[in-house]
Amino acid sequence: MENKPRPYMNPYLAGFFLGMVLLGTIYITGRGLGASGGVKDAMLAGVKNVAPSHWENTAYYQSYDASHEGESPLKSWLFFEVAGVFLGALISGIISNRVSLKLEKGPRITNRSRLIFAAAGGALFGFGSQLGRGCTSGSALSGMAVFSFGGIITMLAIFGGAYMLAYFFRKLWLS
Amino acid sequence: MGPLVPDIISNEFNLIIAFVVGIFFGMALEQAGFSSTRKLVGLFYGYDFTVLKVFFTAGVTAMTGVLLLSHFGMLDMRLIYINPTYLRSALVGGVIMGGGFVIGGFCPGTSVCAAAVGKLDAWSFIGGSIIGIFIFTEAFPLFQDFYMADYMGSVTMFDMLGMSRELFAIILALVAVMAFYFTGLLEDKINGIRTRYPAQKMMKYAIMAVIPFLMVSFISVTPNQKEYYFNRVEKAFADPNYDYDIYEIDHLADELASKSHKMNIIDLRSPEKFEQSKLPTAVNIPLDSMLKKEYQGFLRQTYKFNVFYADDLETAKKGYLMANMIGNSQNFVLINTVDQFIQWFYEPEIPGPDAPKEVRDKFLFRLRIGEELKELEERLKNLQAPVKKEIKRVQGGCA
Repeated sequence: MENKPRPYMNPYLAGFFLGMVLLGTIYITGRGLGASGGVKDAMLAGVKNVAPSHWENTAYYQSYDASHEGESPLKSWLFFEVAGVFLGALISGIISNRVSLKLEKGPRITNRSRLIFAAAGGALFGFGSQLGRGCTSGSALSGMAVFSFGGIITMLAIFGGAYMLAYFFRKLWLS
Repeated sequence: MGPLVPDIISNEFNLIIAFVVGIFFGMALEQAGFSSTRKLVGLFYGYDFTVLKVFFTAGVTAMTGVLLLSHFGMLDMRLIYINPTYLRSALVGGVIMGGGFVIGGFCPGTSVCAAAVGKLDAWSFIGGSIIGIFIFTEAFPLFQDFYMADYMGSVTMFDMLGMSRELFAIILALVAVMAFYFTGLLEDKINGIRTRYPAQKMMKYAIMAVIPFLMVSFISVTPNQKEYYFNRVEKAFADPNYDYDIYEIDHLADELASKSHKMNIIDLRSPEKFEQSKLPTAVNIPLDSMLKKEYQGFLRQTYKFNVFYADDLETAKKGYLMANMIGNSQNFVLINTVDQFIQWFYEPEIPGPDAPKEVRDKFLFRLRIGEELKELEERLKNLQAPVKKEIKRVQGGCA
């Protein structure tokens, strides 16, 4: 067997597969997919365990507890789903021989700046996902499947925003 | 009828479902190439439109599927989570996410996939997103008003545009197909190549693209599950030789007084009329609502039989026919009305001294049963089990 990564799936086929996963999820559970919410649950669990007194004294966390009956934030649908995403991607990566430690970046920047920009982009995305009540998965994709006005608006804003700003950050990606 | 949670699948088991669904979700994203940041960002610089193709195909597939399932009565659209709209935060949050996308090169879902296959920059992105979310939750009081502004409810796109769901789905699918075509041209131009599509491949793509249009058109022209059932009811009703199982009021009242626990008395009229007057122990299921999920359990009890009544025989018969079609419970039509019942049992006319014996016997019978039924109603007042099962929209979302 060769050690070359296999090519990616035909995008339309992959999209159909993804659409069926989303449809199945809606049929079984009545809700769509998500991602940022699972990351948030992990963060909330961290705050609750590391700084319990801060958790007790902050209105936001208290209202979270109230709406989740004091359950651990890790016992949430989205956290389990995101854990599944990690495993699923790993399985897919192993099957297609794409697992390796590496760092992808544009040709003009150093590894260090790539890591910094990745973290900065992550922070923006994390913050924006809270404001927009969901990210590309939870708001845009799942919202579109159920015709949600807000979901489709968020989708347009995400991609519109990215296109608007793409010019200013072209050095990060283009040669 | 979907969604299967929480009636058929419990909320605890739902977490296992979440994990399994996540595995498939992760596989789909990774296979699509979403674990590669250069592939993702290609969308914004025009050299790789994979994201658009995958994203739109998935959206149209799922949307068409939702329409189909709902058309066949397999999915209750009233129950699935529809992301609520808070216009201002949706727009501003979206633009901030767009910035995060082009700077960080991932979105949350794809960063988890990329982290799983060993991309170090994805781990950095996840670390950053935890910080971003933490800033939001810590400083929430600052954003609270903005976060809650312009609330519009769980509105849908087709409502906003004032069109049917089907038309909107067709338009979206059209936009998707056109986007696929033109971005393909653009991608070739930017990469300075010419992708050739052999006739066979073109054929395959064309067939695939036509499928959602055919499905949505099929939905628009065929009756949905409710129309289908009501058409069948009308057809059966038009048959003059149809053999109805009937109850006559004296017989019913007699049985009701002695064994009310064996029967469901179902009032097919409007809730307003039901409020005004009803038969003892009756529950209200308007004819038009008989197919709704919350009444299915009640209508299909095997150890009880159903007796349907309304103000007119036609409605009562249609309720009976509908019940026969949706379940295998034993059903009956009451050939009398509520007014007749009240008049005969609660306010019976005292027969004159010369009235024949049958009339006097009937009067005494109705008087006695009327008393018993009043007593029964009094006893049942406090233990009326809720008939209408509380149904709630699924709480979903991702924030």
